[in-house]
Amino acid sequence: MDPKTPASRVKVEEKLFQNRYLVDAGRPHITVRPHDTPSRALRSLVHACPAGCYAENEKGQVEITADGCMECGTCRVVTAKTGEIEWNYPRGGFGVLYKFG
Amino acid sequence: MSEERFDAIVVGAGPSGNAATYTLAQAGLKVLQLERGEYPGSKNVQGAILYANALEELIPDFRDDAPLERHIVEQRLWTMDDSSHVGMHYRSEDFNEDKPNRYTIIRAQFDKWFSSKVKEAGATVLCETTVTELVRDVRGKVIGVRTDRHGATVMADVVILAEGVNGLVGQRSGLRDIVPPDTVALAVKEMHFLPREVIESRFNIKGDEGVVIEAMGTITAGMTGTGFLYTNEESVSVGIGCIVSDFAESEVTPYGLLEAFKNHPSIKPLLEGSECKEYAAHLIPEGGYHAMPELYGDGWLVVGDAGQFVNAVHREGSNLAMTTGRIAAQTVVALHRRREPMTKANLADYRTRLDGTFVMKDLKKYRGIPGFLHRNRQVFDLYPKLFSGAMQTWFRVDGVDKRTKQKAIFNQFRGGRSMLGLVGDAVKLARAWR
Repeated sequence: MDPKTPASRVKVEEKLFQNRYLVDAGRPHITVRPHDTPSRALRSLVHACPAGCYAENEKGQVEITADGCMECGTCRVVTAKTGEIEWNYPRGGFGVLYKFG
Repeated sequence: MSEERFDAIVVGAGPSGNAATYTLAQAGLKVLQLERGEYPGSKNVQGAILYANALEELIPDFRDDAPLERHIVEQRLWTMDDSSHVGMHYRSEDFNEDKPNRYTIIRAQFDKWFSSKVKEAGATVLCETTVTELVRDVRGKVIGVRTDRHGATVMADVVILAEGVNGLVGQRSGLRDIVPPDTVALAVKEMHFLPREVIESRFNIKGDEGVVIEAMGTITAGMTGTGFLYTNEESVSVGIGCIVSDFAESEVTPYGLLEAFKNHPSIKPLLEGSECKEYAAHLIPEGGYHAMPELYGDGWLVVGDAGQFVNAVHREGSNLAMTTGRIAAQTVVALHRRREPMTKANLADYRTRLDGTFVMKDLKKYRGIPGFLHRNRQVFDLYPKLFSGAMQTWFRVDGVDKRTKQKAIFNQFRGGRSMLGLVGDAVKLARAWR
């Protein structure tokens, strides 16, 4: 299998389905700052996020749905210079709950 | 809680935080450990191999009740191209010793056990509590932490930051910079469950014996990184990781890379029929010696991943974490006993103590390797292809004489990389390895 297979063909949702999460409804711990055109770094998260949390909308802006986030911090590291993301840990006890880790 | 005062606060309940808290509590200090997860281990991810020595320094009889999966009797190093692998195996009956050197573990279970020891030693462990910032006095000395529990603050003489690779507290307090994307790896991992008899027959092991496979080559699609497969008691941990900047610059998805690795003809039969029960992702700080931040200051110390204590060449991390946690705590205990203040000048002893251990010696020895690997991608792409090609030419019996084969292999190498390039790579690697 080619690792460059587009995100849509490898179903990351099925992988995330195995995991346990305690979602802090209405309080996402990561937000993308409003923008017209995303930087290359921000756009790269559409494929680089291991949970597939990032997607490009029809206006070419990058959006996030943080529900499946594994709190790895990749998006934070990638966009540290451009400052396009506000990254926090979920409130104590919320977020991903690894059974094995 | 806000009126209570502690001798020390430890932020985080991973291996470094647990080692630090355990050491402080054992010495009779009043210590508070804060963990943001539901329980210690619920946010933690590792391959995972436990190196016995670092834990033995803290809990000599840990083998009696720690949740250990299998002790490693065989190590495989694979160089892979798309359809084959060239492997080096080392297997020894000597590893079936009374006190084995390496074990596979499941971090969520191991961390929970380690935490139970920390509590037994007398520390106060508070979970589901995220530290939001450091509290300082007018002179800038750290004197406590603020938490997300109704904004409550807790005071202490010293704060040990064991907050991991995404150490927000230290970074937001200006103690260190965020790790640059070219010095940190993103690893993704799955837990595949199989009956233990199946694991034992597939990997040629018995009882609690275990096997480790570390792999590099075209499996990382030209990026700097490695794959791995570790046998647990009734599961197999399989994962792959590459430098974050490589992921950002490529079109490769981490989960696509993991799928491709799992479907490689050398890996697939080992996982056949398994049930995946978890998918995890984690960053690994791999910048080594040159990426190390300031390790201490007025009223604070940093340990484990937050301090970049990972030996990427030897895939060691949790043992460095535990050792730095223990040594940071011993530094604090010594100052506490002498009733000396936790100033930057006094805490500098942490660095002096660390310099005498394998942690600093190894990181210093390999300080050139992260840069070498980043600048020399042929290590991950061209060489694995050349090795596999050479093996194929050599082992395929097809009526071609051996001298011609030898020449063909030599020409493949020369065609792939100039003689000067080959020699240059060898010299550069030797120099970085020194």
